[in-house]
Amino acid sequence: MNRFAALLDRLAYEPGRNNKLRLLEAYFRDVGDPDRGYALAALTGALSFKHAKPGLIRDLIMERADPVLFALSYDYVGDLSETVALMWPKVGANYNESFPGYPPPQPSPASAFARRRASADKRGEGAERSRELTANSNSSIKDTAAAHATLSVPSPLVGQGGGYRGLDASEKARSDNLHNSPPSPTLTEVVTTLRTLGKTELPRQLARWLDELDETGRWALLKLVTGAMRIGISARLAKTAAANFGAKDPHEVELIWPGLSPPYTDLFAWLEGRGDKPVNLDPAPFRPVMLAHAIEDADFAALDPADYVAEWKWDGIRVQAVAGRDALDHLQVRLYSRTGEDITNGFPDLVPSLHLPGAIDGELLVVRDGRVQSFNVLQQRLNRKVVSPKLIKEFPMHLRAYDLLADGDNDLRELSFAERREKLEAFVSKLDDSRIDLSPTISFESWESLRDARADPSGAGAGEDAEAVEGVMLKRRDAPYLPGRPKGQWWKWKRDPHIIDAVLMYAQRGHGKRSSFYSDYTFGVWTASEDGEQLVPVGKAYFGFTDDELLQIDRFVRRNTTEKFGPVRHVVHEPHQGLVLEVAFEGLQRSTRHKSGIAMRFPRINRLRWDKPPRDADRLETLEKLLNQDAAEKLATSGSH
Amino acid sequence: MRPQDILIPTPAGLCCKPGNFHIDPVRPVERAVITHGHSDHARAGHGAVLATRETLDIMRLRYGENFAGSTQAIRYGEEIRLGDVRIKLHPAGHVLGSAQIAVSCRDTCIVASGDYKDVRDPTCAPFEAVTCDVFITEATFGLPVFRHGNAAGEVKKLLASVALFPERAHLVGAYSLGKAQRVIALIREAGYDAPIFLHGAMEKITRYYEAQGIPLGELRPVRGTKKADLAGIITLAPPSATSDIWTRRFPDPVTAFASGWMRVRARARQGGIELPLVISDHADWDGLTATIAATGAGEIWVTHGQEDALVHWCQTQGLAARPLDLVGYGDEEESEMPAEGEYT
Repeated sequence: MNRFAALLDRLAYEPGRNNKLRLLEAYFRDVGDPDRGYALAALTGALSFKHAKPGLIRDLIMERADPVLFALSYDYVGDLSETVALMWPKVGANYNESFPGYPPPQPSPASAFARRRASADKRGEGAERSRELTANSNSSIKDTAAAHATLSVPSPLVGQGGGYRGLDASEKARSDNLHNSPPSPTLTEVVTTLRTLGKTELPRQLARWLDELDETGRWALLKLVTGAMRIGISARLAKTAAANFGAKDPHEVELIWPGLSPPYTDLFAWLEGRGDKPVNLDPAPFRPVMLAHAIEDADFAALDPADYVAEWKWDGIRVQAVAGRDALDHLQVRLYSRTGEDITNGFPDLVPSLHLPGAIDGELLVVRDGRVQSFNVLQQRLNRKVVSPKLIKEFPMHLRAYDLLADGDNDLRELSFAERREKLEAFVSKLDDSRIDLSPTISFESWESLRDARADPSGAGAGEDAEAVEGVMLKRRDAPYLPGRPKGQWWKWKRDPHIIDAVLMYAQRGHGKRSSFYSDYTFGVWTASEDGEQLVPVGKAYFGFTDDELLQIDRFVRRNTTEKFGPVRHVVHEPHQGLVLEVAFEGLQRSTRHKSGIAMRFPRINRLRWDKPPRDADRLETLEKLLNQDAAEKLATSGSH
Repeated sequence: MRPQDILIPTPAGLCCKPGNFHIDPVRPVERAVITHGHSDHARAGHGAVLATRETLDIMRLRYGENFAGSTQAIRYGEEIRLGDVRIKLHPAGHVLGSAQIAVSCRDTCIVASGDYKDVRDPTCAPFEAVTCDVFITEATFGLPVFRHGNAAGEVKKLLASVALFPERAHLVGAYSLGKAQRVIALIREAGYDAPIFLHGAMEKITRYYEAQGIPLGELRPVRGTKKADLAGIITLAPPSATSDIWTRRFPDPVTAFASGWMRVRARARQGGIELPLVISDHADWDGLTATIAATGAGEIWVTHGQEDALVHWCQTQGLAARPLDLVGYGDEEESEMPAEGEYT
């Protein structure tokens, strides 16, 4: 458990993807089965046990700590699990006892002299006790002791005073005591015990483990049992690390993943070259998806329009809808996200529609009365813990299909896109379900005519669905279905983003490589207030600029700071003084979290407008107008419901 | 004699009227007794300064020859009469030369401990618990969430990272006086013998430690070293420098910070730290409470830090306790938190 805790601890602070992978690979190398498998399960969200509620954790600490000290500590730390992990008392200690080894001084109003005598006597016992602790300690204590022995303190440093010098021995016992004498539980023990543990036994078991672990171990344990890992690791990243560890392609791991289960000993045997590749017996497996490159103006010169098929690029959720027959001949249906995460439970209304074995690549959309809704509408259907009948009725799910990877038992991925498209058309018509339709192709003669279609989707065939179109896709007719982002096969040509000119207001340091740069920018637009014209923040962006532009902004921030709040700098933003940023974004939403009441989707810095004085930057009204257009359209559609 | 007739908090710092001196005064005074060389405790401009030889040397290094009107060095254990009181210095285990000051007047003894830690430090004399009637304790880490654990284990964490990322530079933020040298000494104890690089701001003080007979292995200045040559090595720098443009000379640096504050995740994240190392030169909660008990003092005065929690704890132990409300301490460390680097 402690090694796993050290991994989580390090991952939680590491911002870089490649460095996270290195840490994970080192862990898989250093740690044997089955611990590393359970770690992989924990990181991919594959563990299932009843999670402990925060109330339970609070009760545990309240039985063991002074309530005033707990309140002060919690207030300082701000996180319940962390507070409890840090202040959990050492074994045998009780809060109304002072330090083990030092008994509490007498509360009686005895004279200072008598008290001194008494505690000096007791100190003798304390020293005894610490020697005992040292004697039956584990290896890390020996290390410390050895360091002690080899250490030579230069003589001029040694105190010449006659003061009491008893803390040295007890200090050792004290710090060593943090590595408690009973062996700490392994990750495997924790996971397997939690699976079978009854609800009433949980508090006692948890307390026992907390007694046995160190600070980081306790923190990791509490994260695990409360189900709140949140350390910035996706399931995909953890699987990629496992693949790297065995020098395999991550897609291979992704392919067999649905057939595997914790602690993945067969997977690790294969990764280490000790065993055969596990066979995916999953009747409805995930297949790694094919992705597109963003097309640049310069790319078109080398491309022949005749080689490509164009489709609308839908602003929904990329999904792989798979159905297959299991050993009992029952149809199993699964929906996977583009990273291979199983999201079936979020969309039960779509499952019955997938009644034929096959694997469709397509887009999840909300369709009301035959009309595709914008991403803002779809978003209200996402990430719900409970999918209520009301939600299903108000936000009916739809699958717009654009590729077919398997038809029954036949893998179609080696076929060309044109051939797969034919099979897809046949498959969709055989499904004959109103929730599943084909993503139409766009006919075009030249890149110019496609550019026109992209500028006006509703006039070019998308009709009322144009609101959910965010550009066009180009797919080579002869391209097989290749995992990843192969060059030159699929292109995305996004609609031009919205653009506004905003004023830089605050800047914050970045992370990792960017920690010496002010690379996170909060920007605002003008609005009228009681105090006259003022800037109101409308968003935050931390990419879009070049390295050179980053240096320029960083220099500007450092030279024009008016106030500092910790890592945040308040940058000058007056009508005549300040930096105007051209900000590109994909859409707007109402938000109660921002003062302006508006949140931007995917904002990034498009250009630096050194030429523009801040007073000429955009106004909040411009954004509101844009937002109201969206809202009016939405109202019209839901009103007709 | 009442303790407050011996020592009393004043705006200039703790004042001993019967001895006519201040302890660690924050304003210029006629006579000062200084516990240790950190800038919030040892300031320039006093008339006469009494301190350990090491503390006086450190003040000289930092402020120049004329930092005080006159100086007098005192050894640990040596007793000196000042007016109506006797004072005696005992090792505080905080940094090189750090001392607790025992002030006795007739049959009452008060110990002003300054900053202290009760755990092992290869670079300074070990802490001594001094029996007294009133113990004045710091409370920098005066909350039960602060338990510093084993410093050697934290250094192991650092070395494991150096081994795992040989192409990256490891930048360890550490206070220039005391922490930096202790971290270097711990790294050496862990068996790492490659050269360790230093930020210019800590060269002088580190060389002084070496001159005092503390072996720190091969040390080199970062200045003048090529970027590629800084890969796979450990560099120590003042915390403020680890998020400064100064770091751009390092290849993909891993930013570490050696401090007791690193125990709390939010603190580490706030400073953009990737590798927090819980290594402190102050006593942790268990150290504070154990030390208070060990002095046998019936009355505890609590200063700079989380006074409330420690005062509360003392009271639950039946000890008279009160916060001293001294201002101006803890500044050196706060200002060395990696919040801001200046661009010039």
